[in-house]
Amino acid sequence: MADSTTSTGSPGSRILGLTTLLGLAGLLLFAFALTEPDVRLHPTTGEEFGQFDAVRLLYLHVPMAVLTYVAFLTCAVASAGYLLKRGAWWDVTAHASAEVGTVFCGLVLVTGSIWGKPVWNTWWEWGDVRLMTTLVLFLLFTGYLALRRTPAEPQRQARRAAVVALVAVLDIPLINRSVEWWENRTLHQQSTLAELKIEDLTLFTLMLGFVVFGLVFAWLMLHRFRVGWLEQAQADRDMALAIAERHAEMETLDVDAAIGRTGGGK
Amino acid sequence: MTHLGYLLAGWGIALVVLGVYGCGVVRRGRRLAGTVPEGEDRWMTSRGENQGG
Repeated sequence: MADSTTSTGSPGSRILGLTTLLGLAGLLLFAFALTEPDVRLHPTTGEEFGQFDAVRLLYLHVPMAVLTYVAFLTCAVASAGYLLKRGAWWDVTAHASAEVGTVFCGLVLVTGSIWGKPVWNTWWEWGDVRLMTTLVLFLLFTGYLALRRTPAEPQRQARRAAVVALVAVLDIPLINRSVEWWENRTLHQQSTLAELKIEDLTLFTLMLGFVVFGLVFAWLMLHRFRVGWLEQAQADRDMALAIAERHAEMETLDVDAAIGRTGGGK
Repeated sequence: MTHLGYLLAGWGIALVVLGVYGCGVVRRGRRLAGTVPEGEDRWMTSRGENQGG
């Protein structure tokens, strides 16, 4: 186990990590072994219908979608905080939450596509407003991360990124309300919980999914935040070294000039 | 179990991606922590606020 002085780990983060792993094992047990598939009987024909075992993707996809919102809203709040207070803490938090949120958002798109094939018989539907607005959100924050990698003066870059985050996050209400505002242009149901008639163990497993993926999110945020701090510390140190070297050069030139050794003198 | 391939693909991709990303973040932290002098790992101190950025 790495010493906390040579890693982003700490006793607290290790406890969180261990709890997360145990939680994931428990979630897999509930999701695959203890819950029943979604099988319903048609009231008149008596035929079986529903999502069958594909419903087990619910415990993965929905918590990650909600945590995507949490990550990007955190990014927006931290970005606003940075613009108001100019503190490094806000900027590092915004960058960390944007990166973790983009990973979650990408996984939401992929797992949603995989879930859509058996349930909707399609991998992707370009006309589905919720899918498209989620894709737009992913692309906006991918652009945000690309902006953070462009060479620029750090404070200017942080300001630009904060403005982009505040604009990008406006897509979240569109995603959330799209199934109501454009109900004829989406394959998503208005309320997953109501549509699936979730109750008892299925509901418990979904809630467990929220808790466990929330722990995954917290662990990733903690470590990514600390990486951001270290990047800032390294950048500050590099800047201080460059300034010190420049001062030393200037002092050498001043001394040379004082003793008449410049311009090919004796 | 029905749709087993979809289940394995969905859960497998998600857990592998999260695991790889998490390991990558920890590796970045270890590499950076080695270059930053002790005492400047600022999440453990209160001097970071209003610095840099």
